Amino acid sequence: MNRDRLRRLISSAFVGACALAVLLALVPLAMVLFFVVRQGIGSLNLAFFTSMPRPVGEAGGGMANAIVGTLMLTGIASLMAVPVGVMSGIYMSEYAGTWLAIALRFAADTLNGVPSIVIGVFAYGIAVLPFKQFSALAGGFALGIMMIPIIARTTEELLLLVPNALREGALALGATRARAVFTVIVPAALPGIITGIVLALARIAGETAPLLFTSFNNRFFSRALTQPISSLTVQIYTYAISPYDDWHRQAWAGALVLVGFVLTCSLLARIATARIRRLRG
Amino acid sequence: MTHQVSSPTRFTTGLSVRDGRDPALNQAPKAVKIDVEHLSFFYGVKRALEDISLQIQANLVTAFIGPSGCGKSTFLRTLNRMNDIIPGARIEGHVRIDGLDAYASGVDVVKLRRKVGMVFQKSNPFPKTIFENVAYGLRINGLAASKSELAGRVEESLKQAALWGEVKDRLHESALAMSGGQQQRLCIARALAIRPDIILMDEPASALDPIATQRIEELVYDLKQAYTIVIVTHNMQQAARISDHTAFFWLGRLVEYDRTDKIFTNPSEKLTEDYVTGRFG
Repeated sequence: MNRDRLRRLISSAFVGACALAVLLALVPLAMVLFFVVRQGIGSLNLAFFTSMPRPVGEAGGGMANAIVGTLMLTGIASLMAVPVGVMSGIYMSEYAGTWLAIALRFAADTLNGVPSIVIGVFAYGIAVLPFKQFSALAGGFALGIMMIPIIARTTEELLLLVPNALREGALALGATRARAVFTVIVPAALPGIITGIVLALARIAGETAPLLFTSFNNRFFSRALTQPISSLTVQIYTYAISPYDDWHRQAWAGALVLVGFVLTCSLLARIATARIRRLRG
Repeated sequence: MTHQVSSPTRFTTGLSVRDGRDPALNQAPKAVKIDVEHLSFFYGVKRALEDISLQIQANLVTAFIGPSGCGKSTFLRTLNRMNDIIPGARIEGHVRIDGLDAYASGVDVVKLRRKVGMVFQKSNPFPKTIFENVAYGLRINGLAASKSELAGRVEESLKQAALWGEVKDRLHESALAMSGGQQQRLCIARALAIRPDIILMDEPASALDPIATQRIEELVYDLKQAYTIVIVTHNMQQAARISDHTAFFWLGRLVEYDRTDKIFTNPSEKLTEDYVTGRFG
């Protein structure tokens, strides 16, 4: 065999191995989607979104309270994490070389790696125990703590991608540093930052562990911030470990809704980013 | 490199008023706009500029030429303190703009940059509309009292930059959709909008095709009626075409500074002659 053929063969073998690895990585995702859809689709109907859970033994019912609960919890988390996360991201990129920025980055990465159950216990300690009350606020707080490092690091990385020429352009026109950041640099990175926020949202929407100790669960419809509140994930968990077939079916349907929510978020984020990019040329 | 330069004092600055003569100019000498005295510049411990003294006169085009890395861009950026944002940068000596020391303590950098505008090598329009790009400096400096005044000054600036006719029907489209040459003229319009006295141009045409380059050169020629223009270029033909005075930099030193025709036809320094005749650089 001559050298050229051998070289081409090795090249194809390597590309083939890479393609195979991609396939292997995609198999679990495809299987998760497949099983969730197959098991959940049967129990998914309008009533699932609009009615309350029924007592054991009574067929039907839905997760209206859990869906609203999840939306509220992620809403509280975003209210807390978006400003804090984006501002710390700005600090880390603007003062990139300073010891505080380096410490912040390290802290964010560490916090990102803390198991979510630990975050839950922490939130239990400072947002539940003192008030002797599980609450939606405590749940949102726990989720918010998980969101902050994700948003901070995404914001930082996207701001660092903004060409320095834009900053210089703004400064040369007599902008102060803060002015340049808020009128030119952040707007330039905004599509990416929004995508990062939405992806962080999708990520925490699927968290169960931090909520077990904080927002707990609620069989009833609640919109009170200081009361325990239901969420899709905790409801799925409760139903899935129960001995009742009907609840198992409901859990699958809940899982399908959750996966649908996360997928929709990701898709919306990508589409919005692509569209803003196109509008800007 | 075989050129041996004994000491900076050997270099001639034919235009220096400090040594009591102004041999090169036949017409009455114009007012000194920028007066640089014994300027040295350091990046950390590396000295990038060494003891530079020269005077730039009002309403003329002054070109800085020299091989890459000779310090001409660094020098240009000391004139509106754009080097301030580089960590570890340090300066010695004086830069006086209209007699006022730009580096004196208490100088407002924002005001200085409003007076000394800048156009960069790579056009850097903000990812905003054409209108908003030109309006940016007016807005952040609060220079337009009303919407109509703002619109008027945007139009005036675009006309000065010879861009109005091409963009008047698409002011509210993205600036990034323009051609490279248009983007660079937009950046000039943006700099003109805040009515500076001096415009610094850092190789403004180096990324443009010959036709776009010609338009920029014509523009520079027109603008010198109202502004003092300092332009860095690595294109010697361009310096010869558009400038009144030329300064030749080499290894961080000012080798020769004189009337452009003298620099290109009868330089005093051997080094200058070698450079302008293409023997090195």
